[in-house]
Amino acid sequence: MMDGTNQFDDAQTQEQRIRNFNINFGPQHPAAHGVLRLVLELDGEIVERCDPHIGLLHRGTEKLMESRTYLQNLPYFDRLDYVGTMNQEHGWCLAIEKLTDTPVPRRAQLIRVLFCEVGRILNHLLNVTTQAMDVGALTPPLWGFEEREKLMVFYERASGARLHASYFRPGGVHQDLPDELLADMEEWCREFPKVLDDIDGLLTENRIFKQRNVDIGVITQADAQEWGFSGVMVRGSGMAWDLRRAQPYECYDEFEFRIPVGKNGDCYDRYLVRMEEMRQSIHIMLQAIEKLRMPENKGDILARGKVTPPKRSEMKTSMEALIHHFKLYTEGFHVPEGEVYACVEAPKGEFGVYLVADGTNRPYRAKIRAPGYAHLQAMDFMAKGHQLADVAAILGSMDIVFGEVDR
Amino acid sequence: MSSEMQELGGYIEAKRPECIVTWEVTQGELTMQVAPANIRGLVEWLRDEPTCRFTTLIDITAVDYPQRAKRFDVVYHFLSMHQNHRIRLKVAAREEDIVPSITSVHPSADWFEREVFDMFGLLFSGHPDLRRILTDYGFRGHPLRKDFPTTGYVEVRYDEEQKRVIYEPVSLVQEYRQFDFMSPWEGAEYVLPGDEKAEEGAK
Repeated sequence: MMDGTNQFDDAQTQEQRIRNFNINFGPQHPAAHGVLRLVLELDGEIVERCDPHIGLLHRGTEKLMESRTYLQNLPYFDRLDYVGTMNQEHGWCLAIEKLTDTPVPRRAQLIRVLFCEVGRILNHLLNVTTQAMDVGALTPPLWGFEEREKLMVFYERASGARLHASYFRPGGVHQDLPDELLADMEEWCREFPKVLDDIDGLLTENRIFKQRNVDIGVITQADAQEWGFSGVMVRGSGMAWDLRRAQPYECYDEFEFRIPVGKNGDCYDRYLVRMEEMRQSIHIMLQAIEKLRMPENKGDILARGKVTPPKRSEMKTSMEALIHHFKLYTEGFHVPEGEVYACVEAPKGEFGVYLVADGTNRPYRAKIRAPGYAHLQAMDFMAKGHQLADVAAILGSMDIVFGEVDR
Repeated sequence: MSSEMQELGGYIEAKRPECIVTWEVTQGELTMQVAPANIRGLVEWLRDEPTCRFTTLIDITAVDYPQRAKRFDVVYHFLSMHQNHRIRLKVAAREEDIVPSITSVHPSADWFEREVFDMFGLLFSGHPDLRRILTDYGFRGHPLRKDFPTTGYVEVRYDEEQKRVIYEPVSLVQEYRQFDFMSPWEGAEYVLPGDEKAEEGAK
């Protein structure tokens, strides 16, 4: 009409009437990284609206934790982000240690640092290579998973499990590491950079990989704060924020490492940050191994007290130790009343535990703050205006694992 | 760390005395009790005030205390990457209270508030899209309330005859196990087996 609007709809044929198209992305789509259902509204190939439906993997972890003892709750943390499991256990242990005021022995701290970095490499290897797979490359996951396999063998040799380790315990770690394991880990640290260089050579200057990732999903520093991002998602946008450096826990302040940051905040920068973080993790691992070999760091691996079991040898001769062991594994230890928020720099971002204790052997309330949850809710913001194919690239660069998003 | 937090707490209270009910520093963490009506204004002020700059919303959750009149505590965690400190805000709310949403200040509050609504049944005013988020489509009840049983009320299975997924009331082959680990010496709340006779004998 006169104001420019077309009011002759009735004159249009069926073909001319165009409306936006709604599609379901997932929950079985391989690029949905598990059980994500995205309801996408498309205008042609452009995403107009993106509504993630999550909760398909919700297991009620927080509710279950309220009826179990603190020690029984530890394995639930392995099952959150099942890619870098020990980093989550770490968060739970730190929360308990803060409330009970338990000092962690030096050797246990070093072992924790060592395995947290193993977890970081496990996670980044999975993410970088599956992101490559999402945009069409098949070789990187095959090469990356071979290295992950070796790392999982280290997990197994330390804890007995390849994935769900339950290795970090309140007050230390479960078992000491044998010297041969340290030697093998060191050897792996010397060899791994070559594999990393190979993956680097496959992807970094790859034309297709760059076309699919450069300038896709750009996040400014203001956006990153507005959406509550953490970890690689803020570092990719150029903020050198790393909890290991900013709010050091364990003994990270003694380690020398650099914090890589991106420039443009796009998917490609986040990929580069992850690649460099793996190199830095190896650097930290080598330092930790060296420190673990020093004679002054060869002490106990558990703070012997109420929250940890007595030594096996003591149990053979001491009645009190036997009673203590029995009480610890049935009743569990009591945590004094109070509330605490403990967080770690998990590979995906800030993983936090908000623990409300009421003085009994079970947590009154435990809230798990998963980094992926905050990242995924920005999906609508990040995908809007991008092409449908970019949704997979953005999702890949967010590093989503549904174990921790759905809890 | 604690003295820094004390200083910050004192500063915030001096600047916004009408918002803060009480505040304390425990375990080196600053916790402030805030009146529900003031939460949005305070959060916005905390975000923009140069000495605070709490620009990152870390988490929103709730804690259920069924014995209290104001049953729920809504707990907010904020982080300032600029000043490198954290703060925890708490809002006490009755079951029927409606808490102001802070999505207009922090867009990332969206899912966190949806989760609190889903898990505790607390409503937020001004939230653009307050749907359930983690539980099943058509789920009833609010699982993280203390009066919600851990086993839930319904279970789901695929029915071969009807060729579809069906919901049924939970049937447990065995009672959900809740062990009582309290040692009788530490004050068990029940009469120990055999002790009832001793009581009668004394009388």
